[in-house]
Amino acid sequence: MRLQYIARRLTLLLLVVWVAATLNFFLPRLGGRDPIRQKLVQQAAAGGYVHTGIEEMVQEYNRKFGLDKPLWQQYFTYLGDVFRLDLGYSIANYPRRVSDVLAESLPWTIGLLVTTTVLAFGVGTILGALLGWPYSPRLVQYLFPPLLTLSAVPYFLLGLLLLYIFAFRLRLLPLFGGYTPGTFPDFSINFVLDVLRHSILPATSILLSSVGFWALGMRAMTVSLEGEDFMTFAEACGLRGPTLFFHYVIRNALLPQTTALGLALGQVLSGALLVEVVFSYPGIGTVLYHAIRQFDYFMIQGIVLSVVLGVTFATFILDLIYPIIDPRITYQSR
Amino acid sequence: MWAYLRRNPSLLLGLILLGLVLAFAGIGRLVWDPSLAAPLSALPNQRPSWDHPLGTDRQGRDILAVLIVGTPLTLYIGLLAGLLGLVIGTILALLSGYFGGIIDSLVRTLVDVGLTIPPLLVLILVAVSVRTNLSISQMALVVASLAWLWPTRTIRSQVLTLRERAWVQIARLSGANHFQILFFEIVPNLFPYLTATFVGAVASAILASIGLEVIGLGPIEANTLGMTIYWVSYYAALLHGMWWWFLPPIAIIILIFVALFAISAGLDEFANPRRRRAV
Repeated sequence: MRLQYIARRLTLLLLVVWVAATLNFFLPRLGGRDPIRQKLVQQAAAGGYVHTGIEEMVQEYNRKFGLDKPLWQQYFTYLGDVFRLDLGYSIANYPRRVSDVLAESLPWTIGLLVTTTVLAFGVGTILGALLGWPYSPRLVQYLFPPLLTLSAVPYFLLGLLLLYIFAFRLRLLPLFGGYTPGTFPDFSINFVLDVLRHSILPATSILLSSVGFWALGMRAMTVSLEGEDFMTFAEACGLRGPTLFFHYVIRNALLPQTTALGLALGQVLSGALLVEVVFSYPGIGTVLYHAIRQFDYFMIQGIVLSVVLGVTFATFILDLIYPIIDPRITYQSR
Repeated sequence: MWAYLRRNPSLLLGLILLGLVLAFAGIGRLVWDPSLAAPLSALPNQRPSWDHPLGTDRQGRDILAVLIVGTPLTLYIGLLAGLLGLVIGTILALLSGYFGGIIDSLVRTLVDVGLTIPPLLVLILVAVSVRTNLSISQMALVVASLAWLWPTRTIRSQVLTLRERAWVQIARLSGANHFQILFFEIVPNLFPYLTATFVGAVASAILASIGLEVIGLGPIEANTLGMTIYWVSYYAALLHGMWWWFLPPIAIIILIFVALFAISAGLDEFANPRRRRAV
């Protein structure tokens, strides 16, 4: 049973990566744009060239990128490249490889995202449980309307508001970027503090609205636990409030909450990418934004693919952890 | 109706807020000149004044007129995409939940795979590959291309439980064919659930469309709320302190989301009375 469960999850993982790679390959080609010709013509125009010789250059580059071969052959080459994690070159800044750009920007995104998601999940879950628990302090109940409102606001709009209030009006925090321009990334205390200062606003905007999301889900679960047989039994046994709360309520309500975590990862990530754009944070969201503006195909494809890989792997790992928290899951032969 | 609304404050609140937004757009169109929303129709970068209650932007649009024109456009994208998502989702859910078998495993895998991939990224691929200058309706189609995934999953699980109910069994024993069972026994009972799913789908479609517009993949020539935010970031209105340019559209967007959220929470309670206290 156990093996079958893992096998099913693994198939899903491979399927997702394959679908993403295929979409990645075919969608841009459906549009019928010719990025290389566009780029060359644009460069020629910028340099004040005459357009002679562009045709040959287009063909040369097409040969170099393998774009002169039949489509199916390109497709298989692409799948092979994906398998080896070879994402090709960036068109907009040619000699640089997509993977180099990603290697530079991914740590920023991962750092921002992992910290905020873990924090939001933890805080939101506990808040939600308190909100749904009838014996929790009155004060907590007042948090419900603001949390509900915040959870309905898109991350990046909250980001814009925070940016305006705290960075522009009050001048408490930096306006953009991941560190002060002119400083060089190293591991000195000053630089780390600088990075932290720059990440406060982006992190807060993700945190504020996702805490609400987790709290609402957890609250609904906690409320539905009320009146369950095992709760009545535990109360009848005379267990004290905290024991009930931590061992009976939270443990049981956490199960669907963990599933939700796996499902929400993609959404959280989409939102976080936009937040990066708002704050010009040096992560992949900002890179993606510039790539879109310059029609840098390979860059866009590389980002889409690596993000999908990241999310699927995270989901896969969550799927593997889930049966440890809830053993019933492996016995359901779906 | 009124008596029910009083017992369901979240639905009431949502409807009131949505009504406010609609009233703003509707009445605004009557008392204010929508043609001022075009670029160069006023002096650029004006602070709010009697001539332009919400000021003007860098390209000489009157912000009030932009909002009056843009709010219905954004709502339209959400409604169209949400509706398409709901219809496709319902059909797929009925097919897979009711008939089961190969269709079911196909649809289920498709939805599982689709929901794992971050939606915004696929939409970006779609929007980049479609030629530039999307129209409003094309924008809705782009968003709708993923809007059916979530409805399919939730409605399918609902169909699964309905399929086993006693009245469906009786209909089957009475010799009703699949078509009759689906449309006279199952769909009517699915109805409250469908409305709740619909509102959710509209909200996520609006969110997706604004997300696309903010990174510049929206209908460039239209004044939707998302495009207004795009111009705000394009011209760095924030750094020029032009609060009248970005605060009002953000306020309207937040109002729309809170309204839709409250409505869907209220409808959820209507569809599923057991969740009385759960939101």
